[in-house]
Amino acid sequence: MLNRILAPLSAAWKEATDSQVWTSIFRHGKPVSNRNRALVMMSNVFLHLHPVKSRKAGIKLRYTWCMGGITFFLFLVLTFTGLLLMFYYRPTVEYAYADIVDLQEHVPLGIMRELHRWGAHAMVITVWLHMLRVFMTGSYKPPREFNWGIGVVLLVLTLLLSFTGYLLPWDQLAIWAIAVGSNMARATPLLGTEGPLSASLTLGDISLINAGNDARFALLGARSVGQPTLLRFYVLHCVGLPLAAAFLMAVHFWRVRKDGGISGPM
Amino acid sequence: MIDLFKDLVNWASGPTVLFTIATLGLLAAFRFTQVWSKTSAKVFFVVLAVFYTASMWDPDFLLIVAKPDNIPITGVIFLVFFFTWFAMHQGIQNDRRSAGEGEVLEKQESEKVWVWPDLVYTEMLAMVILSIVLLVWSILLAAPLEQPANPADSPNPSKAPWYFLGLQEMLVYFDPWLAGVVFPTLIIVGLMAIPYIDTNPKGNGYFTFKERKAEIVIFLFGFLILWCLLVVSGTFLRGPNWNFFGPYEYWDVHRVEPLLNVNVSDFFWVKLLGRPLPTGGFFAALMREWLGILMVGAYLFVLPVVMSWPRDKFPTGLKWLSCHHYFEKMGATRYYLGVSLFLMMMSLPIKMYLRWAFNLKYIVAFPEIFFNI
Repeated sequence: MLNRILAPLSAAWKEATDSQVWTSIFRHGKPVSNRNRALVMMSNVFLHLHPVKSRKAGIKLRYTWCMGGITFFLFLVLTFTGLLLMFYYRPTVEYAYADIVDLQEHVPLGIMRELHRWGAHAMVITVWLHMLRVFMTGSYKPPREFNWGIGVVLLVLTLLLSFTGYLLPWDQLAIWAIAVGSNMARATPLLGTEGPLSASLTLGDISLINAGNDARFALLGARSVGQPTLLRFYVLHCVGLPLAAAFLMAVHFWRVRKDGGISGPM
Repeated sequence: MIDLFKDLVNWASGPTVLFTIATLGLLAAFRFTQVWSKTSAKVFFVVLAVFYTASMWDPDFLLIVAKPDNIPITGVIFLVFFFTWFAMHQGIQNDRRSAGEGEVLEKQESEKVWVWPDLVYTEMLAMVILSIVLLVWSILLAAPLEQPANPADSPNPSKAPWYFLGLQEMLVYFDPWLAGVVFPTLIIVGLMAIPYIDTNPKGNGYFTFKERKAEIVIFLFGFLILWCLLVVSGTFLRGPNWNFFGPYEYWDVHRVEPLLNVNVSDFFWVKLLGRPLPTGGFFAALMREWLGILMVGAYLFVLPVVMSWPRDKFPTGLKWLSCHHYFEKMGATRYYLGVSLFLMMMSLPIKMYLRWAFNLKYIVAFPEIFFNI
């Protein structure tokens, strides 16, 4: 009886996998033979991030915690949900808040903003944990010193991505968190109005550093958090920082492979 | 009974007590490594989970913990505890193996396996589980949205995003040019410098504690105490006016904390000599601050040199200060870079204890040019 149902199904499956369409996408058979296990890694651009074979201890969950992979996956989730959010959001003081309210109340099954926000929080934590793992296994040691440095820059980019995104809902939580955070820039040595030694940068009687041109002004695009800040943070959040992060991730992954794959005892 | 317990927890969460307990606890755990066992991890997690769950009945605790943007902090607490334990546990197990006849686990399993299926299936599973977690989290909990932005109405307390609250907490002890600019820069530079300072060839590619004690103790003190603990207490325990509030305390906006902080110059001129602070011009300011300048200079520039001396140059009781073996092993450049970064890091706890013990505000204070340390 079961056979009567399964036989045509398996025939249809065979028909499909033998078709020109299927074989044009997948250049080899199922990865059950060693040959095909190697081919699947080499013929797929995404799987090609991996080597064909790897040391057994290195790919154990208890060793890597999969934390780097999870961080990358969260980055992809954030890129995807962020893209959808961009359809609905206008980065102006006039519309930003109202667009977020619309997004919550009028978009069917609207959990894109939730996925984006909780995913962003989660990514900050997984980056920390990934670094904890890399440190605790001594994986920054030669030959991986440079890649650890790239990783530190990626940590900074993650925090900056989260920080710039924090402003976009344009609610009280957003502007005051950014105000508190960016007030620190006022105290930059030499370059902030209230920073050490900046008063010594003068041209005759004219002070070169003032609230209209100091480090905080460069960050905010204004003397206080306002429309220029919103636009600036939006562009950095949606274009500048993700591009930088994607670029460095490419270097990071490439170097993982070139420095000998997942670390292990020499 | 419950009130007594709550008072005890409120008292123990105060910055002074919490920081001291956490630091001593961490150091004790490095000394008595048997505490990183499975049993103590289970006990610890049960205690933490019970404490957390039971506390939900307290309205003040619930109010702060259940705030949507504070949910990640609860995640940080449990995840950081778990993964620190997990790393240390595996390290100590490996140390036992290599102390006996065996080899570390990572070396035992050094044969090569096919990445398909062994790794790609793990990754697939991780993606599926993470997707489910994110979806459930997002369905259950709406992202926060407060009142529309109003530049004229600043909330009290105004807090940075949670991952920067360690830096905001530093503002209690340092001026913004240090807490907000210099220290973050040093954290980034210091992290990137780690592989170039640390010349210990052991412990590369496997969990261990015994072979990398100094590195792990310093890193985990920085990560767990100076970063995570400050983030957690900055989120949960700092209320209006950045005053401290225990986890079961009501955030009273009108609570007034007396600020009686004094500078080193006040200690020297006013309290010790009984004279007013020198005034008038650049040299008077230098004279006013000479002791503080000397202290900071000695800490940053003389102490590293002294620490490089061999042990027999130190009097008994101070021999632990000698880092001569590091100087020998690492060479002058690495040694001075490493020790300077370490001393910079330790300046935070030092300043904290100076504040708590003597109400010390600034060691060096030139408010005229915003140069206060």
